Amino acid sequence: MQSNEYIQFFDGGIEPKLENLGGKGASLVTMTSAGMPVPPGFVVTTAQFDAFMDEAGITRHISQLLAGLDPEDTSQVDKVSAAIREDICSRPVPQAMRELTVGAYEALMNRFDAPVPVAVRSSATAEDLPDASFAGQQDTYLWLDGVKAVTEHIRQCWASLYTSRAILYRLKNNIPDEGLSMAVVVQKMVNSRVSGVAITMDPTNGDRSKITIDSSYGVGEMVVSGQVTPDNIVLDKVTLAVVNEHLGDKHAELIPDAGAKRLVEREVDDERRGRRSLTDAELTAVAQMAKRAEKHYKCPQDIEWALDADLPDGENLLLLQSRPETVHSSKPQTAPQPVVTGGFFSGFSATVPKQAV
Amino acid sequence: MSLKSFPKPSELAVPAGAEGWEKIYPYYLVFQDKLKEQEDAKFWFCDSQHWPTVFKPFETIGGEFAVKCLGQYNSRHLMIPNANGIEFRIHLGYLYMSPIPVPEDQIAARVPLFEQRVGHYFQNWEQLLKDWHVKVKGTIDEMETISFPKLPDMVPLEDITSGKGKDGSEKLLESYDRLIQLAYQNWQYHFEFLNLGYIAYLDFFNFCKQVFPNVPDQSIATMVQGVDMELFRPDDELKQLAKLAVELGLQAHFGNTDDVESTLGAVASAPGGDQWIAQYEGAKDPWFNFTVGNGFYGHDKYWNEHQEIPLGYIADYIRRVDEGQEIMRPVEALIAERDRIIEEYRDLLEGDNQAAFDAKRGLAATAYPYVENHNFYIEHWTMGVFWRKIRELSRMMHAEGFWTEPDDLLYLGRNEVRDALFDLVTGWGVGAKPIGPDYWPEEIERRRGIVDALKTARPAPALNTPPESITEPFTRMLWGITTEQVQQWLGAGEEVEGGGLRGMAASPGVVEGVARVVTDADQLSEIQQGEILVATVTAPSWGPIFGKIKATVTDIGGMMSHAAIVCREYGLPAVTGTGSASTTIKTGQRLRVDGTKGTVQILDAQDDLLVTGPGAHSHSHV
Repeated sequence: MQSNEYIQFFDGGIEPKLENLGGKGASLVTMTSAGMPVPPGFVVTTAQFDAFMDEAGITRHISQLLAGLDPEDTSQVDKVSAAIREDICSRPVPQAMRELTVGAYEALMNRFDAPVPVAVRSSATAEDLPDASFAGQQDTYLWLDGVKAVTEHIRQCWASLYTSRAILYRLKNNIPDEGLSMAVVVQKMVNSRVSGVAITMDPTNGDRSKITIDSSYGVGEMVVSGQVTPDNIVLDKVTLAVVNEHLGDKHAELIPDAGAKRLVEREVDDERRGRRSLTDAELTAVAQMAKRAEKHYKCPQDIEWALDADLPDGENLLLLQSRPETVHSSKPQTAPQPVVTGGFFSGFSATVPKQAV
Repeated sequence: MSLKSFPKPSELAVPAGAEGWEKIYPYYLVFQDKLKEQEDAKFWFCDSQHWPTVFKPFETIGGEFAVKCLGQYNSRHLMIPNANGIEFRIHLGYLYMSPIPVPEDQIAARVPLFEQRVGHYFQNWEQLLKDWHVKVKGTIDEMETISFPKLPDMVPLEDITSGKGKDGSEKLLESYDRLIQLAYQNWQYHFEFLNLGYIAYLDFFNFCKQVFPNVPDQSIATMVQGVDMELFRPDDELKQLAKLAVELGLQAHFGNTDDVESTLGAVASAPGGDQWIAQYEGAKDPWFNFTVGNGFYGHDKYWNEHQEIPLGYIADYIRRVDEGQEIMRPVEALIAERDRIIEEYRDLLEGDNQAAFDAKRGLAATAYPYVENHNFYIEHWTMGVFWRKIRELSRMMHAEGFWTEPDDLLYLGRNEVRDALFDLVTGWGVGAKPIGPDYWPEEIERRRGIVDALKTARPAPALNTPPESITEPFTRMLWGITTEQVQQWLGAGEEVEGGGLRGMAASPGVVEGVARVVTDADQLSEIQQGEILVATVTAPSWGPIFGKIKATVTDIGGMMSHAAIVCREYGLPAVTGTGSASTTIKTGQRLRVDGTKGTVQILDAQDDLLVTGPGAHSHSHV
């Protein structure tokens, strides 16, 4: 299924626009197209929200309800909020629009051998406003199975624009409701087979010509929190040759239990402990992704990544988070980069013939 | 940790039949009883990279001239602060080397001398290198004028009438002396730029290791290495000839290239054949002055004297072109990749370090190509002419009855040859029989027996106790002899997962395939498409087979050995300096070669090898 006005896949190749996709959605599309694939999914665009609100007649109803509302009368605000949210969650979505969303969900599921749980998250267009509680932008629903649960939670994200808090915030700050919109992200839940972190430098000495990778089985929490000793691999950043590697014990792993909708811890057997948790090809892929993240964000990055058990080889490496590396990059470059002078050959640089350079 | 040692020279067994081997070499080339204590205190490593097989007495000339002239540039010309030359000995037929350090208290005084001398070369690089080509070519041209005709029955009348007063034997003696002198001369020139190339490389190398701690050696090599080098020119000429043959539709005439005369005759008389022959003749001079060996042995075959070798390669290239294969090296892709690597490392640096990177890399990239390219002019061209002249002399003396086989002169030392020549001219001059024909055949037979007996044993990789760490930069770079490598030889190195060999990660990539062990250039024709070449050492003229193979593994050689350079050029994985691959691995075994890590694993168990033929695997299901 192709991306369209109402649905935009992360990898659909369409230029992301904040006003269509919201902040979170736009960022996911941008990362995917920059070679930093996030868990696959799609965005239900603001255009769909707008069309639904208009065609279902909710927009008109809202302006009536909100007219003359007193911000001090909280019980009235609560009542109005409940009515609007009831409208959004119950009025029928126009058939053509609904079919697009169902089709997108099915197309996403078709990428896997069997249906997989997804997360649904709101993606507001106004995230740059100072107060994060402006809209229900934090709304995230995890471990959703089946199209019914997904469409219901899309509506709940939409409805979160009209929580009492959101209505009050707009009233108090004189923010008009006209043009208010909301995109929703539908994204595969990560099923980590192997995961870890990658830093685009050697954190032991700040050497920026290296990439350092920690890798262990299952979900990355145990690596991040230091509950397991991961494999530690240092690669040359330019050629991706392994410069140093140390196999960690990796005695336990956290594995998603989709049935119970939670993570379970289990022991890792000796055979898997004894070998590196990443194959050569996977290691190279992680390093390349870290390198792309650094290039994209133009400073050393500290990324979290995972290999997803539900995706085929070559498409299963996912970027979960990328943030600037702060420990060393905030220091001046002089420590990791001594200015090299002296020695027997110091005179050479001064004697280089022009044509040689 | 107690350091293990290699055997002392006196502890190595002399192969049966090789007793008295010391006396076939000059006294100064063998370990001395009187110096035992001093000599045993030094660490010696075997240079089987350049001298993989036992020296016949005459052949020590290459080892002596090369290693002596290498040393003189460190210790007398350039005054390299921390390295003198390399002492060398022949033991049981193989060459062992021991680098000479500069005493600590003399290093500082050499620095200004060194900078002045080296500075002059680097500032005048292009002009001096141009002059070098003229000098080297002049030597070769003069060598070509030397000949060794049979002495006449009587002095020609014109020498009587002109009052010349000499019989011509003085010319024979002079020609021999001159030939030796000319070889010595070009070996001096050989190192005029070579050490500089290494110095510039090492300067950049050390800089990279400081600003990028643990940067792989491979990355540094790639950043300074030439891509389109003269080293590849002979092979490229053959490829062009193959393409032209296909364009002109001449393929049918390359069916039996072992018959050189008929092949060239058939091509010449075919339509368009004269165009091909013209290009072939053009390629021959000078690019067929190319040996299948390395220029250090009298038995080396040169393309221009054995045209069945290049014609065979051409026939193979023709077949591959007809099959639609791309036979040219991916030069543009290699240049693009090299430029990417340079750019990405450079971008990691700032300010002064970036400027230093540019200057040092620039210098290395200017000076280093000489290291690749000189080889053609000295080892191949000069030595090709030299050995041809020596064979001419040997055949003349064979005709005079001095020995039983045409090339037996190689069993005499070069100073013994001069004695034999004086013996010849004396007998000829006085009108009597020279003594040689009654002396040399028996002595040569004895020596042949010794050389053959010595050949039955492989050399020890090293002798005596190694230093705790190998720091001498030339040793590390030219021979791939590192602390880790020495530990590996001693069996104390880090184990390779799943058993296997460890060497230098010389060219990146991982492949699996079937081994083909080659210990002699004559076996090259056995190599099948897609096999992994396992060799003691490789030579530049093996170029054409690199288009056929998947990877290379060698016993000896560092990052800048021929196998390493060519594999990077062809984009093939290579592991060099494993010490024992050619004796450990058997042809037909499946290998996994990891040129990024420097490991070689033998994948199939030994007994699988014994099972061949149809139904061979049925037993495994019983």
